[in-house]
Amino acid sequence: MAKVPVQFTLNGSEKAEFVESSTTLLHALRDKIGDTSPKGGCHQGTCGACSVIIDGELRLSCLTLAETCGGADIRTTAGLAESGVLHPLQRAFLDAFATQCGFCTPGMIMAAKVLLDRTPNPSREDVVEALSGNICRCTGYEPIIQAVLAAARANSQNAA
Amino acid sequence: MQLRKDYFADVRKDGLHEIGQGRPRLDSPGHVTGKTAYFADRNFPGMLHLKMVRSPHHHARIRSIDTSEAEKHPGVVRVLTAKDVPHNVYTILILIQIGPEDETVLADGKVRWKGEAVVAVLAETERAAQEAAAKVKVDYEVLPAVFDMEEALKPGAPLVNEYHGQNYYLYDSGECRKVRFGDVEAGFAQADHILEQSYQSSPIEHAPTETTGCVVAPEGNDRFTCYTNTQAMFFTLDNTSIILQMPGSKLHFVGGTVGGGFGGKVDVIVEPIAILAAKLTGRPVCFIYSREEEMQISSPRAAEKVIIKDGVMENGRIVARKVTGYTDAGAYSRHSPYGAQKGAAHYPGPYTIPNVWIDTYCVYTNRTPSSAMRGFGVTIGDFALEVQMDKLARLIGMDPLEFRFVNAYRDGDMKAHRQPTEGAALIECMQEASRVANWPVAEKYMAMSSYRKGA
Repeated sequence: MAKVPVQFTLNGSEKAEFVESSTTLLHALRDKIGDTSPKGGCHQGTCGACSVIIDGELRLSCLTLAETCGGADIRTTAGLAESGVLHPLQRAFLDAFATQCGFCTPGMIMAAKVLLDRTPNPSREDVVEALSGNICRCTGYEPIIQAVLAAARANSQNAA
Repeated sequence: MQLRKDYFADVRKDGLHEIGQGRPRLDSPGHVTGKTAYFADRNFPGMLHLKMVRSPHHHARIRSIDTSEAEKHPGVVRVLTAKDVPHNVYTILILIQIGPEDETVLADGKVRWKGEAVVAVLAETERAAQEAAAKVKVDYEVLPAVFDMEEALKPGAPLVNEYHGQNYYLYDSGECRKVRFGDVEAGFAQADHILEQSYQSSPIEHAPTETTGCVVAPEGNDRFTCYTNTQAMFFTLDNTSIILQMPGSKLHFVGGTVGGGFGGKVDVIVEPIAILAAKLTGRPVCFIYSREEEMQISSPRAAEKVIIKDGVMENGRIVARKVTGYTDAGAYSRHSPYGAQKGAAHYPGPYTIPNVWIDTYCVYTNRTPSSAMRGFGVTIGDFALEVQMDKLARLIGMDPLEFRFVNAYRDGDMKAHRQPTEGAALIECMQEASRVANWPVAEKYMAMSSYRKGA
């Protein structure tokens, strides 16, 4: 099958791949580039486990064709920690016991990051709305909501 | 509240202070950084994708299978049918002598539920495997099917599973698991009121976010590494060893990281066929359920029907309980005979009842095989029992919590399956619940204890 070249930055690094025109960004990231932090839970855009950030927008990588990502700035949970120091969201998820099986966690953190980037001091309702596209089947939603609120508080204290 | 330290006194350490302390989970740092390696995060060069051809019928005889078109499909490497599986008929619990073997890895001559695996297709890409699977031609003769447990137990019902010979699991106690304690009919004769109610539940899917699957890599020396999200590592290892007729030393299982299980990943379904495929092709193989397969093919919690008849006195004592329980195993046993058996031991509930009569049936129907899920055999029973307890309390005009105090088991009481009660804490639990929920009960109940002098 014919392949097309695609070039983008992933967590700040230049990446170039040849992909089939039907290849999803999820497949390209996981199986070609080797970033397995986005997870495939449903491959139909309902579970949110594959969530990544493309040019600042939260996107479902299972419904995004890789070839449409040329020149994009793509961010995943694998690239969130800097020099081994956890991002405040990662630290908050740890401290709040906001992970159980962990499969939804990278997607949850991406959704939470887009929220906090835009709304540094979100209300509880803002958090619930922002995470509404991400399913946690272990049903640990409350600790996840608390983690996002705690990360927001930590950010605003650092900024002050 | 009294803290009893005599239980497990020989292993109990007094120097532990963990309760009330937050302790970091060992796996969380991997989860929040995306580094935790789930089975599907393993990728090997040249890995093949396995897709299953599944039965579109609930019950049918297979007249013929034609894989020739599928084999010609570009990218297809191998097509597997029943004859390729060394020991095709198996049952998971044979490891603890719960037989007979009653399920096929790949259907042989017959399918017994809609979705049953018939042919496995291996191809270079998932898409090629999917397209080729659609080209496998199976000629079916559709047979009458039965979906209702009571219908399945009637004479003349279609026989679901020939390995059993009848539509129920034959225990060493006969057609059902039985508990007989005291004289239940005498108890009913003595009762002020009798209440008989029927409760039933539908199958429940676990719906883990990570679907069932495995990735297998040949090690080049006739040994195979299987990365799996099984919740039952050694069941899977031992059953795979039986199915493939390979010593366990040739099978290297790597697991423990599960993206949600809830009991739905204790069956041995994907690993044997994926390892066989890796053995026959010499290539790494990945077999991952689609979301549709996870919802439609993986075992759900069994549907259950529970009929409870209780005799109760005006003063609140339950004097007789008769329970008939039905567990819908679907077409194959998997863990359901064990689930139904657990129900038999459980149906008196945490209550002391002098006259008990219990029958629990494990029934075969042409439905998706059911298996383990969070307290299977007990959870639906508890729903039925506790709703029944509320109805009994209402019947005699008693507070539902006080009614449970009257009947609660206490140390020294003999349970219906003849295990003496030991280490009970139900009274104390309910006293705490009464306080926390602000549901006051009479002082005499707050003065009760699970512990009797001399017990």
